[in-house]
Amino acid sequence: MSFLEFILHNHAQVLALTLEHLWLVGLSTLLATLIGIPLGILIAHWPRLNKPVLASANIIQTVPSLALFGFLLPVPWLGDRADRLAILALTLYALLPIIRNTYTGIRGVDPAVIEAGRGMGLTESQLLVQVELPLALSVLLSGVRTAVVISVGLATIAAAIGAGGLGELIFRGLAMVDNHVILAGAVPAALLALLADLSIGWLEKRLQPR
Amino acid sequence: MAASPVIEFRNVSYRVGDTQVLSSLNLQVHSGEVLVLLGRSGSGKTTTLKLVNRLVSPTTGEVWVKGQPTSQMDITTLRRSIGYVIQEVGLFPHFKVARNIGLVPKIAGWPEPRIRARVDELLQLTGLAPEIALRYPHQLSGGQRQRVGVARALAADPEILLMDEPFGALDPLTRDELQREFMSLQKRLRKTVVFVTHDLREAMRLASRIALMEAGKLVTVLSPEEFLKSTDPWPAAYVKAFGDRLESAATEGTS
Repeated sequence: MSFLEFILHNHAQVLALTLEHLWLVGLSTLLATLIGIPLGILIAHWPRLNKPVLASANIIQTVPSLALFGFLLPVPWLGDRADRLAILALTLYALLPIIRNTYTGIRGVDPAVIEAGRGMGLTESQLLVQVELPLALSVLLSGVRTAVVISVGLATIAAAIGAGGLGELIFRGLAMVDNHVILAGAVPAALLALLADLSIGWLEKRLQPR
Repeated sequence: MAASPVIEFRNVSYRVGDTQVLSSLNLQVHSGEVLVLLGRSGSGKTTTLKLVNRLVSPTTGEVWVKGQPTSQMDITTLRRSIGYVIQEVGLFPHFKVARNIGLVPKIAGWPEPRIRARVDELLQLTGLAPEIALRYPHQLSGGQRQRVGVARALAADPEILLMDEPFGALDPLTRDELQREFMSLQKRLRKTVVFVTHDLREAMRLASRIALMEAGKLVTVLSPEEFLKSTDPWPAAYVKAFGDRLESAATEGTS
């Protein structure tokens, strides 16, 4: 049985797992964006916080994913449901590229533009919303793009703690020593990553400041 | 000259760490005059300019604008009542020209039709074609960008205009053209202008008075004619460095 046949035979299951995968990645990226962008803005304006925040995000990134899943397992409310735990871990991993790119994007705005804006009497929040964020947007989005692509791959490992997603097929295939089953999980995951990469990349280009 | 100065520096000093950027500056700028701050890089002229709209706050002393110490004014109100033009222009690259010019009126809550009318008026005033309004800054030439910069500074019709080497990055022909236009514009608008430059020729041409700065100190304040004849070492050194034909620049400015 080829892997395509396997997918056709089990299309309902593959679809369900793909959706589960999307849910893990989507929610964690959303959370990471909601936390990461404000943090990036904060450290761009408050350089003193820059090192500790980026260092913490960096350290999280260095923890092997399986170990992180393991560490979080005994945490009371989290450990109850594997998907909660997976989403938290994925969120933590997605933070670094989002924080870093928000920071880089804002710091990259031409200082003359900021000064002109400030000199004209824009308040700091008007400056942020009307000038800094729009000009940083494409760099910021490229951070989100990196985060999504990493998450799609990492989310396959979440199956190891029973959080579901396409990783389930990969682990099952490994156990069965059946490459077709592995591919049935790996190929859709790769396609998801590619699709996310292309679509956010397209958005990035469209929103590029001139 | 008007009785009370529009801008007044009262014994202003500014220090960053151990560096004394400005020491005990006393200077008055009167209504409708173009006061040129002339000096080398690092002489403190840009800092002096930024003290007016409080992009820089004095370490000691006070800056008064329109009869009030700036330290007691609302910073946003203060800045919106002052036009600000810098050498790098600092146009917002993601806004079209119309939005760049209309930004201050917009955040000040002007109705849309009034903003549009004002933008058209300013484009005309600064010698720009109406269709420029729909372009992005990167689609303009250096001279056009600088004109938009001036138009943007004039948008809310401020009484005071601060200009930091606005024509410094332009080629000589465009610079000449813009200086000329600035003079005729100033004749009509009678703004109180503080203009920073290191170019004596430009100072001669535009200034009502020239305030010469050196190493954070105000050396002297002279009219262009007085400046030319001055026997003080610093003005004389400038005149020597810039050579002849200054006389004609000075007369051109006042004619």
